[in-house]
Amino acid sequence: MAERSFAREVERLRLGHGDIFHGEGILAVTKALLQSGVSYVGGYQGSPISHLMDVFADADPLLRDLGIHFEQSASEATAAAMLAASVNYPLRGAVTWKSTVGTNVASDALANVASGGVTGGALVIVGEDYGEGSSIMQERSHAFAMKSQIWLLDPRPNLGHIVDMVEHGFCLSEASNTPVMLELRIRACHMTGRFAAKDNVPPAFTLRDAMNAPVRDTDRIVLPPANFLHEHEKINQRWPAAIEYITAHKLNERFGPDEGELGIIVQGGMFNTLARAMELAGVGDGIGGLDVPTLVLNVTYPLVPAEIVQFCAGKRAVLIVEEGQPAFLEDAIAATLRRADVNTEIMGKGTFPVAGEYTGAVMKTGLDAFLAEHGGRALPPPAALPALSMKQVPARPAGFCTGCPERPVFTAMKLVMRELGPFHVSCDIGCHLFSILPPFDIGNTTMGYGLGFAGAAAFNVPDAKRTISVMGDGGFWHNGLTSGVGNAVFNKSDNVLVIVDNGYSAATGGQDILSSKNAPATRSGHHRIEDAVRGVGVEWVRTVDTYRIKQFKAALKEALTTPETGPKVIIAVGECMLNRQRREKPLFAAAVKQGERRVRARFGVDPDVCTGDHSCIRLSGCPSLTVAPNPDPLREDPVAAVAQDCVGCGVCGEIAHAAILCPSFYRADLIHNAGPWERWWARAQSRVTAVLQRWSDRRRFARLA
Amino acid sequence: MTRPLRLSIHALGGQGGGVLADWIVDTAEHAGWWTQATSVPGVAQRTGATVYYIELAAPGPEPIFALMPSPGDVDVVIASELMEAGRAVARGLVTPDRTALIASSHRIFAIGEKSAMGDGAFSAATVLDSCIQSSRRLVLADLDSLAAAHGSVISATLLGALAGSQVMPFAREDFEAAIGRAGVGVKASLAAFSAGFALAVSYPAPELAPPNSMPARIGNAPALLAERIGKLPQASQSFAQLGAERLTDYQDKAHAARYMDRIEAVADAEQALGGDGALAVAAARHLALWMSYEDVIRVADLKTRASRAARVAGEVRAGKDMLTRTTEFMHPRFEEVIDMLPAGLAKRLQNSVHLRRWLTPLIDRDRQITTSSLSGFLLLWGIARLRRWRPISLRFEVEEARIEAWLASAVSAARTDLALGVEVIRLQRLVRGYSDTHARGLSNFAAIMRELPGLTRRSDGAAQLASLHRAALADDESRALSAALAVLANDTTNNEIGSWSALQPVLVQAR
Repeated sequence: MAERSFAREVERLRLGHGDIFHGEGILAVTKALLQSGVSYVGGYQGSPISHLMDVFADADPLLRDLGIHFEQSASEATAAAMLAASVNYPLRGAVTWKSTVGTNVASDALANVASGGVTGGALVIVGEDYGEGSSIMQERSHAFAMKSQIWLLDPRPNLGHIVDMVEHGFCLSEASNTPVMLELRIRACHMTGRFAAKDNVPPAFTLRDAMNAPVRDTDRIVLPPANFLHEHEKINQRWPAAIEYITAHKLNERFGPDEGELGIIVQGGMFNTLARAMELAGVGDGIGGLDVPTLVLNVTYPLVPAEIVQFCAGKRAVLIVEEGQPAFLEDAIAATLRRADVNTEIMGKGTFPVAGEYTGAVMKTGLDAFLAEHGGRALPPPAALPALSMKQVPARPAGFCTGCPERPVFTAMKLVMRELGPFHVSCDIGCHLFSILPPFDIGNTTMGYGLGFAGAAAFNVPDAKRTISVMGDGGFWHNGLTSGVGNAVFNKSDNVLVIVDNGYSAATGGQDILSSKNAPATRSGHHRIEDAVRGVGVEWVRTVDTYRIKQFKAALKEALTTPETGPKVIIAVGECMLNRQRREKPLFAAAVKQGERRVRARFGVDPDVCTGDHSCIRLSGCPSLTVAPNPDPLREDPVAAVAQDCVGCGVCGEIAHAAILCPSFYRADLIHNAGPWERWWARAQSRVTAVLQRWSDRRRFARLA
Repeated sequence: MTRPLRLSIHALGGQGGGVLADWIVDTAEHAGWWTQATSVPGVAQRTGATVYYIELAAPGPEPIFALMPSPGDVDVVIASELMEAGRAVARGLVTPDRTALIASSHRIFAIGEKSAMGDGAFSAATVLDSCIQSSRRLVLADLDSLAAAHGSVISATLLGALAGSQVMPFAREDFEAAIGRAGVGVKASLAAFSAGFALAVSYPAPELAPPNSMPARIGNAPALLAERIGKLPQASQSFAQLGAERLTDYQDKAHAARYMDRIEAVADAEQALGGDGALAVAAARHLALWMSYEDVIRVADLKTRASRAARVAGEVRAGKDMLTRTTEFMHPRFEEVIDMLPAGLAKRLQNSVHLRRWLTPLIDRDRQITTSSLSGFLLLWGIARLRRWRPISLRFEVEEARIEAWLASAVSAARTDLALGVEVIRLQRLVRGYSDTHARGLSNFAAIMRELPGLTRRSDGAAQLASLHRAALADDESRALSAALAVLANDTTNNEIGSWSALQPVLVQAR
């Protein structure tokens, strides 16, 4: 069960000929897969392609009707290996993940499938997590396409066009026996729009057909001598076939006049940003009319040399709009023109910044410079500086959600470090990586998903402080069990690993994993992390409720100081609060409506007891724990305050105790539908306290008279 | 062709920016417009800032929509929080020739602002000012409270304000129909929409928020002291009123009278030095705070008042048909218990290792005290009644000595440099809170006070002291303060090396 329900989106997947599909880019791709007669789909969730996975996960009956097998793969490597089904059989398959991180993981299988080649269309949909909003290293999937010879589609961001490119992707793959990668940037994945739907197509050749009549061809297996054969096939057969398909189907598009002194070559994905910059510069009309001839590369690998030469020949200068680095396209285009002895001047990197996202402003600046240098236009005057600088607004780093069970893990870690001094902390990928940001500021490195424990592998020498590694349950099942835990057992590490077991792959949207306790019937959950850890040979294992800060602190201290040898694993259990709230809130409301007794906790701060030091905030960072103006006019500093979205997780109280902070916090339990006896007793007690309160108030007011 | 509309929504994760974008897109779709919305959620969804970008074009040939806003090209910026409005301004997306800015003026503090040891809030006035300067049309009001008042969330009031601001070519009914089609919390959303709409329609010409005037409340000192307060320098009287009230409430009239004695002494000294009352103002404020130091008795008193129970009920929004159970989190330590004992006895006991060993496990525990129950209430109410014995307690004696030493140092520093004296008074801000927080504050305070003799010999002593004060509040491990002290020790421009370290601490360290 993901963070969001996709029931409405699933209905849209059923649209057919004559219907108009409205929705997000990544969901358009999802629909396009069904229209292309795909047999199997796999992948690993992650921004920006999580929704593709989530919708398919919720679309089980529809997929079953169409005879499609969908897997939530254990990792991107698993997903890529699924493409093996298309090697021997005319089966269309698609896999998806976040790139480049997922492509890194998938590379082994990708290289194998690309070497042997495919019979059925194999499509890899990568969400290019680059630029604003990205959470990963800034690299290009382009490099993977080049090294393994996988064709790379970079469609112009228009829903109808993207859908067409998915279908072309399968055909191109089949025409050239090569897997094809379809790259979508973050904004294109989340971009809404519409396109004319077609009917879904059940695969003509089914998985069952393949399994019941297996086909074997040793020439498709990467082992000598076939591996040498593959390289020649790639160059002599598959490449020319691809070029032919791309040319014949005009996958790359031309905009603007046929002839001109200047030209622009742009990655398909960057076309809209370019078109806007051209509109703002007065050389475009906003509906596709451009004054400068423009070649839109919807296929960025391979380039079609004849197309490039034909476009550039006779032009004085061509601007290449290529986001990211290295500038593979610019270099390739320059080499192509040199070989053809075309001396058109190339402007690209240099006119544009070498590194970084091509935002609207960057695009406009680059285009203006190109038009000024070669188009004889004056540079526009620089825009007025904004009335505010970025320094005058606070940064908002991502952080743990309200009531997050991972927060107390790092509170406890911070408190342990106060007692035992600093430790080297090796982090992983997941929500828990927010520990490196304020207010926790914990963590030294992160080496990739599931690699938190492996990242501390070198620190395995006697007589030194132990290191602490962190890993989420998502990363653990992705590969951490073997790459981290098994590795530490085998190499006799003494270090400590904290596995944050929140029940989901939480950072990617709350997808289910092996140890999920609320997985749907289509998946098998409830497999305990502790069993897995013990199964690979860890002897020292503690399972602790993350919200019990004291117990967690004690477990961590023991792990760091025990004379016992071998890896120490603490499993910190606490269900992701976003998912828990989504599950429990309706149940709670229904029970209250039914008249059942239910208690909801909320925390608060007494503003007259709080002195405005904010230690609690530095140990918590809960979005619900905030500051408010000090009601005491003598005091200068704002007091801590609990906002209305408090979910009563209890961490505030735990921190106040564990850190011996201050008595400002209180917990208020709101009791719905209390019984008559409980009400009577509460009333009786409050009568007595009211008498005492009146007495002391009277005396206090008398003093003040 | 009509110019397409370009809208940028700046929200925080979980504020419903996506819902708002959906409503706007749906409204335009139903009017037959071309639409596109996009966003960059990802990790930003987890409490970070999120931008949704919408482009709308009237029926006609299919437009090419951009996927991100360009500076100078945005028609409407909607911000769900003041600093997010500021961020849009700083990104150049709000321009006077084009942009209507619809923003909520309420604050959701960023972690850096909240975790500061003092007041880390960014300047709202600067941002407000920039919003006024940069926008073609402005609707800026607390749309969050307005939404809450109608039992809804901010996305609904923002949509209402957008509709009411008349910058979109769609009718009010078109927006309302979109809310209805979305089908979630429709009634409350429509009520909040309506409130936002009305607000935008009648939105006045923007004015800067009034500067934060202090104090916000007039004190209520005992009549007996009113006459003495009236003789203090004018500027210090309001704080003295508050201070005298606080100390009477905290202890008794005698304690407040002691406060008056001290303030008068400071004011007299200042007058003799020809000061303008700044020293007396600072003393009136900070002395009241120090003389009402936080202890278990005070906490027990504050937590058992009738007004407190009422405040909690309001704060947690307890419905009439609900019972509220209130639980306090206390962790008294051996030290706090000894502090409450009579000074003579306490001094004999505090160094007893045996007693500490025996008592600590009995006292030093996490305690959850349910003050809504009779037993929990009686426990705290009983402790609060120890108030009348507070003046003979060890803590009282210790604090009185600290106060005397601090005031004496301040007055003596003022004799060299009045501004330095004021800064010494203001250092009280460091000494606050409970247990470790108090100990850390006190040790920072002492470390700074040790520099005082040296600082009195410098021309920039007051500025230096103020910067040490800031350094002490920069982090809670005294890193910045240690660094600042080290810099000061190496700074020989105004002073001879090493002469301060030989000086005795100004404070009598009682423990």
